[in-house]
Amino acid sequence: MSGDRDAPAAAPAHVQVHAQGPAGVTLAREGALALLAAAAAILVAWAVPWLKFVLTLALAKGIAVLGILLLLRAGQVSFGHAMFLATGAYTVAFVAPRIEEVLLLLPLAMLLATLLGLAVGLFVVRYRDIFFGMLNLALSMVLYSLLEKLYDYTKGTDGIRVAALRFAGTVPGRETQEWLMFGLALLLAIGFGLLVRAYLGSPMGRALAGIKTRETRLEFMGISARRVLLFAYVLSALMGGAAGALVAMTSRHVTPQLAYWTSSGELVFIAILGGAGSALGPFLGAAGFELVRVYAAAAVAEAWQLILGSVLLLVILFAPGGIWGMLSGRLRGRGA
Amino acid sequence: MADWLADNTLLLGLALLDGLAYAALVFMVAVGLNLVFGVLRIVNVAHGSLFAIGAYSAASLGLAFASAGLPPWAGYAALVLAAALVGAVLGPLVERLVLRRIYGQEEVLQLLVTFALFMILEDVQKLIWGVQPVSQDLPMKLLGTVDVPFGDDVIPFTIYQLFVLPGVALATLIGLAWFLRRTLTGRVIVAVTTDKEAAMAMGIDAARVTLLTFTFGAALAALGGALASPTTSLVPGIGAQTIVLSFAVVATAGLGQIEGAALTSLLIGLGRSVAVYFAPEFEVVVPYIIMVAVLLVRPQGLFGVLETRRV
Amino acid sequence: MSASGRPGDEAVDRPRQGTAPLLSARGLRLAFGGVKAADGIDLDVMPGEFLAIIGPNGAGKTTFINMTTGYLRPQAGSISYDGQPILGLSPRAIVARGIGRSFQLPQLFTEHTVLENAALAIAARAGLWSPLAPLLRPAWRTEAMAVLDRFGLAPLAGQRADALNEGARKLADIAMAVALQPRLLLMDEPTSGVAAAEKMGVVETLVRVLREAKVTAVFVEHDMEVVERFADRVAVWSQGRIAALGPPATVLKDPAVLRDVIGIEPPTGPPAGLPARESGHA
Repeated sequence: MSGDRDAPAAAPAHVQVHAQGPAGVTLAREGALALLAAAAAILVAWAVPWLKFVLTLALAKGIAVLGILLLLRAGQVSFGHAMFLATGAYTVAFVAPRIEEVLLLLPLAMLLATLLGLAVGLFVVRYRDIFFGMLNLALSMVLYSLLEKLYDYTKGTDGIRVAALRFAGTVPGRETQEWLMFGLALLLAIGFGLLVRAYLGSPMGRALAGIKTRETRLEFMGISARRVLLFAYVLSALMGGAAGALVAMTSRHVTPQLAYWTSSGELVFIAILGGAGSALGPFLGAAGFELVRVYAAAAVAEAWQLILGSVLLLVILFAPGGIWGMLSGRLRGRGA
Repeated sequence: MADWLADNTLLLGLALLDGLAYAALVFMVAVGLNLVFGVLRIVNVAHGSLFAIGAYSAASLGLAFASAGLPPWAGYAALVLAAALVGAVLGPLVERLVLRRIYGQEEVLQLLVTFALFMILEDVQKLIWGVQPVSQDLPMKLLGTVDVPFGDDVIPFTIYQLFVLPGVALATLIGLAWFLRRTLTGRVIVAVTTDKEAAMAMGIDAARVTLLTFTFGAALAALGGALASPTTSLVPGIGAQTIVLSFAVVATAGLGQIEGAALTSLLIGLGRSVAVYFAPEFEVVVPYIIMVAVLLVRPQGLFGVLETRRV
Repeated sequence: MSASGRPGDEAVDRPRQGTAPLLSARGLRLAFGGVKAADGIDLDVMPGEFLAIIGPNGAGKTTFINMTTGYLRPQAGSISYDGQPILGLSPRAIVARGIGRSFQLPQLFTEHTVLENAALAIAARAGLWSPLAPLLRPAWRTEAMAVLDRFGLAPLAGQRADALNEGARKLADIAMAVALQPRLLLMDEPTSGVAAAEKMGVVETLVRVLREAKVTAVFVEHDMEVVERFADRVAVWSQGRIAALGPPATVLKDPAVLRDVIGIEPPTGPPAGLPARESGHA
């Protein structure tokens, strides 16, 4: 772990998952692709109504995966980020009986996840690599078991049903509500996507990527690498909270499974599946993941994990740039 | 305090005995994980699945032996045989077909590849053994129980859990320490762990060492599962539970520490079983609390060594 | 203030204005196991001077830089900069006071472009904490290009740092340190890895840049020709001690130095790409 990572161009090109800098594809092309993807999502949601639900969840997860992507830029992988998603989701479930307003629940969920992110972040940013991953995993498992065991408050593995919600004071019909959730998720996805894109190109974002290759240099430039990582970590927790709130409001049911380590693993999975080269990757990955899951579960109920796992293996071994890598490779007119 | 102790002697005794048996199983898994990490530099998320498959295989083999009319003690042979089989089949398969392709690549990818393996093995296990509980407790029942005195009370405890599990774990610890320090193959493994490039420059066949180590680590995980199988009924999800627990042990002990992993297993095993009896809602949390507390004070783990980067 | 007022300190006899030492080390001691990397180092670096450090590998040259920049903590002794004690400060705090350093093994952000490396240093000087405006904003891009241009790196600005050859990486490493605008710059073998034919040109450029910016410099160097032409003073390191100190014209003619230091040192330094390392602190 302390080896010299300086070896010039010794690693084969396919080893670098998140090496494609902002220079890879121009803003115009990425923006056009994002608009295209958004339009496609709306079209699909309109044409196949039951997929609207799947796509809303995919957009929500994509937002959480954006957070994973930030940490990947620093070369760190959190195997516990589902804890922030679960925090957002349970905030909605706990508070919904008292405050039914979506537009209040959402910021509240984000706030609580952010606070937890700050508390956990202050601790975990002192660690790197395996220890960083394992500590995140451990802390998420603490949250998981509390959610599972404190039955009086959380109803254990049964989970909590989310009460009916209001949008800006009104109680919409079921169809309208689905569209509203979908629209809200899409809006947040675009907003966070733009935010992350700007952040990754900013001094702090570029310093974040510097943690991956030359953390000592940062210190010798007078920069606290921990603070740089902490900012990213808290931002990722905030996005996790937003994602969790969306998941709870869409599926109307929260369970401790949301915080289990395999859920965190899924988020990292989606990040790699989509490709870490662009803020669009997480959403492509999430859509791909949810669609494979839905269709695999329908086709072979007993083996959807097997299919997902195989897809992941194939992607890593043969298309390490992820869906985004394949697309952008095509855009640039050469194989990724 | 004294009153409390007097009132709870029995529970404390049970927690101690349970914790010891539990620590033995945790150690079997954690030590394999550690060994594999040392040589391959990969944290194998699917290590827990090998534990689970070892457990299911042992139960199936034991049941098959019993229905074939073999004598009851053949059940013990079934445990060992199942572990060896799982290690010998899955070990080389996974190492040759998958892991070999990702050595030296980014940690994220390595973790994800083993996560994919975990997902696949989890379903393979469900496809073979279904989702209904499977149990085969003959090897435990056969040995009967022994009365362990605690204060004025006596706790009947199974001989299998009291002696066999800790015994095997201890034998593994001693055997492994001897193997790594005293035999040529062991020293080669240590050499590769310490400095792979230097070891390869000295003519060591690293490919063979990684294959051997992974297979051996897989067999240890499967043996852990096989030994655990008589003590519990097997359900989906035990692999996922086991792996996070052994992560906690390895991280708490410090990477690459074998004796350290043993002591940490004991610490975490006992901590968990005390929680089981006195604060059951915190049973799952305790290992992680121990881990977080340790890493707060010693970021490199209890027995780990700090590495300084050269500039 | 610890340096002035000591009996026998050369700074005491001179007028204070401008001649108090910028950096002052006293009695630095540090041993790794049995190896004494610093065995009582006393050194004053005067404002504006170029001080070369020479000596065999393992003499403790890099250790001195590491102690001064807060990466290693001596077991005994004191270091003051600009009259203030800096021992015990983190590398970050020391950088903030105006001490920069470059590295024997270039420490670049290998997945960033050369331009971004330089721009990050400029951003770091400005405090870095802006999460939304782009790093390559016009003002910083211009300044970064100017810095790179001075080192002849402008044509490589768009390349990823890990695509550079050893010499260019070395220069980029120094350029980053210079971009931080330090008052004192410590350079660990700035010319190792630079091709022999380019070496003098590179050093001339470097010296010109530093003189223009009024930077005081301490540099570890193996090439005696470089030392002779560019150093105001030379300190000869030997087994964790300073064996000789003075103008190059005097020190480099000292028979003991010639025999013990230059005699066993290859004149062009260690081979490129594989610089020999200092006694370990790993």
